[in-house]
Amino acid sequence: MPMTLNINGADVSVTAAPETPLLWVLRDELQLTGAKYGCGIAQCGACTVHLDGVAMRSCQAPIGTLAGVKITTIEGLKGLNPLQHAWVEADVPQCGYCQSGQIMSAAALLAKKPHPSDADIDAAMAGNICRCGCYQRIREAINIAAAMPPARRAAVA
Amino acid sequence: MNALAMPSRRDLMVIASAAAGGGLLIGCSPKALLPDIMSLGADDHFGPFGPFLSIAPDGWVTVVSKHIELGQGNHAGLAAIVAEELDADWNKVKVVQAPANTKVYENLGMGAQGTGGSSAINNSWDQLRKVGAAGRAMFVTAAAGRWSVKPEEITVKDSIVSHPSGKQASFAELLADAVKVAPPASPTLKDPRTFTLIGTDRVRRKDAGLKATGTAQYTQDVHRPKMLTAMVAHSPRFGGKVKSFDDGAARKVPGVVDVFQIPTGVAVTAENTWAARQGRDALKVAWDDTKAETRSSETILAAYKDLASGRESPGNLRWQSFEAHGQAKPPAGGKVIEASYDFPYLAHAPMEPMNCVAEIGDGPPRITTGSQIPTMDQLNTAMIVGCLPGQVQIETLFAGGSFGRRATFKSDYVSECVHIAKHVGGGRPVKLVWAREDDMTGGYYRPLTHHAVRVTLGADGYPEHWRHRIVTQSIMKGSPMGGGKIDGTAVEGAMGSPYLDATPNVDGQLIQPDSPVTVLWWRSVGATHTAFAMEHTIDQLARAAGKDPADYRRALYQNAGADRHLAVLDMVLAKAGPAPTKGWARGLAIHESFGSVVGQMAEVKLEGGEPKVGRVVTAIDCGRAVSPDQIAAQMEGGTCYGLSAALYGAITLKDGIVEQKNFDAYRVLRIHEAPRVETYIIPSQAHPSGVGEPGTPVIAPAVANALLALTGKPTTRLPFVTT
Repeated sequence: MPMTLNINGADVSVTAAPETPLLWVLRDELQLTGAKYGCGIAQCGACTVHLDGVAMRSCQAPIGTLAGVKITTIEGLKGLNPLQHAWVEADVPQCGYCQSGQIMSAAALLAKKPHPSDADIDAAMAGNICRCGCYQRIREAINIAAAMPPARRAAVA
Repeated sequence: MNALAMPSRRDLMVIASAAAGGGLLIGCSPKALLPDIMSLGADDHFGPFGPFLSIAPDGWVTVVSKHIELGQGNHAGLAAIVAEELDADWNKVKVVQAPANTKVYENLGMGAQGTGGSSAINNSWDQLRKVGAAGRAMFVTAAAGRWSVKPEEITVKDSIVSHPSGKQASFAELLADAVKVAPPASPTLKDPRTFTLIGTDRVRRKDAGLKATGTAQYTQDVHRPKMLTAMVAHSPRFGGKVKSFDDGAARKVPGVVDVFQIPTGVAVTAENTWAARQGRDALKVAWDDTKAETRSSETILAAYKDLASGRESPGNLRWQSFEAHGQAKPPAGGKVIEASYDFPYLAHAPMEPMNCVAEIGDGPPRITTGSQIPTMDQLNTAMIVGCLPGQVQIETLFAGGSFGRRATFKSDYVSECVHIAKHVGGGRPVKLVWAREDDMTGGYYRPLTHHAVRVTLGADGYPEHWRHRIVTQSIMKGSPMGGGKIDGTAVEGAMGSPYLDATPNVDGQLIQPDSPVTVLWWRSVGATHTAFAMEHTIDQLARAAGKDPADYRRALYQNAGADRHLAVLDMVLAKAGPAPTKGWARGLAIHESFGSVVGQMAEVKLEGGEPKVGRVVTAIDCGRAVSPDQIAAQMEGGTCYGLSAALYGAITLKDGIVEQKNFDAYRVLRIHEAPRVETYIIPSQAHPSGVGEPGTPVIAPAVANALLALTGKPTTRLPFVTT
């Protein structure tokens, strides 16, 4: 029986069973492949999306629980998010596989705390593993985005 | 299309042994035959600028990379080499991945098309400079003809060709004429002093935008019409085989299409990944463990220690000498320092678990994956399908990390996918997906290793005699690249160490027990353990001699004539500055691997019983720096990768079964545990050497040496943290 999900501002109908994790519905049924499979047990953060603005692991979110929830994926970030500009400026990615999840976690952080401390960054980003070890540039890029003058943030948002 | 020549299995074995005899690894020599054989059947039609370069009508420059981008940033450096000699506008340069074609895209240091050994920039340097320079010459000739001027009066900058008369034209405007010019065979290369791009911070990644927006394509993201997704139940023990299986429950999972046995286990094909996973997990398989490894890793380690100590006789194994000079027998008297080190199995655990897409039908086999050694993937596919290796088409995508894992002699997961796709048949696309648990328990680990070191100091406090025993499983044995005098991957870093060069009497020995556990190169390979053994031993020797560890190293480097080590040592000390505040200690380590010397000074404190690493001052001599920003990135990332393993990394077996299934049990470094890495590059005009791996092995001994300074206790086994 199809159900309706609200993804990136649009209602979409999906046919997967209600217990199917959102990650696999996004990737296989809707072909929104920005969110990645990394562990399947909410340990690595590669599958991070926003559920009603909160960074969550889509591998642990059965779609049956998501009726009426606003789902945002990396594909739904408006224009080029300031974080994405900062990511390029700091040359953050290496293999890049975890970066969608990193950026979604960082975006949720900045939405809540526009000027996070290093401790805030650590707390918000500790759930996202990067095996290439881009951590110091992730921190740098979050600081670059946070330091963008409001005009530039608006201009690139 | 069914024009495939169908060689017999025997023909393919001949090719495989040609591959073996041709030498598929750095350092092996006669290899002329292999690329020709491997490329039979391959498409070799290229554009006017050859196989590495194309230029579009709008002037955009495309560099074709023969090396896979696994994160190491080589695409930026490779493109920069071409762009520099071409004098192209760096902002209008992009990079694409080469198809499989061993003859055209051979790694010139490997004898195969492949990426590994931190060799991408090193082996491409001369080749790609010529590609860029030939392209530039074609534009210059075209412009000279069009303007009736002398070619030597023409200059090129940022894809604009100019003449002092004021005449100017872009690559786009000159393209139609340039493609008619025959590329010169020996184009004039620039004087490196005139480089404007190489060595500057303008050389940045071309893929950062794709990767920051989730639009970069990985194998995991491939969707094809009618594609099936497959997962496989593997033996929980290495060397186990399927005895029987019950697929009743698996077949009842909605979306499951088929269940069948393949050489590596039982495959489930399904309409999507989730169904494949549910189906696979519902299988009941009985395993035949007759030939399986059933020991625990502690038991294997105990056996290694007994071998090293001489408590156990080698039996059928034999000790091989990897370094020997002076007297083998230790002198009587003198201060003796004994040290031993245990290193666990390590999983590579890249963020993207292993995966592959294969289409096997009447036409040429098609493989889509992060192919690290396309030559091997072609060869193994051809052996399964029955065709010429050169007919196997491989599309290489970005790989979500590898760290060595995607380069196996048997193309393990590629072969597995080909078996499944062959069973499915009809050219129907099959995407094989390994769950994280499959990846973590699937072997190809950094081998479990034991070192036993016994050093006798002379009256001056420096080593008089150094006995060094290494017990480790061979990565190379039974491979097409094996068969050398000694397995260099087991001893590199101890073999050739300046400390051994400076020691009058050395007895270095290696022994390599077998196990069904599969082992493989893991970022920096032998150096993952030899760097630790050498560098941590040196600090213990310096302590015993009552000397400063930096001064102690300096004396040995001077004695050994290790000038690059000396320069790196001086750079690290100069940049480290004043000692850190109370509670923090410093540890130094310097190691050469893949032609580059890396030194690190790590600042460490103990926090809740665990080492906390703060600042890490890094100096590297990697020859000419093509892309300083990517070198820094690799030092940062390599340090995190090495530190993650040193602090937490261990794969353990309990009665042959891997105990770590996922990141909850295989702990890896997270952002709040990551150090601040400062990178300083030694200026050099030498040929570029490795960068991807040399940053990894140095941090573990640097931390151990800091802990030694902090606590007075040496580290005898890794990881540091065992909880």
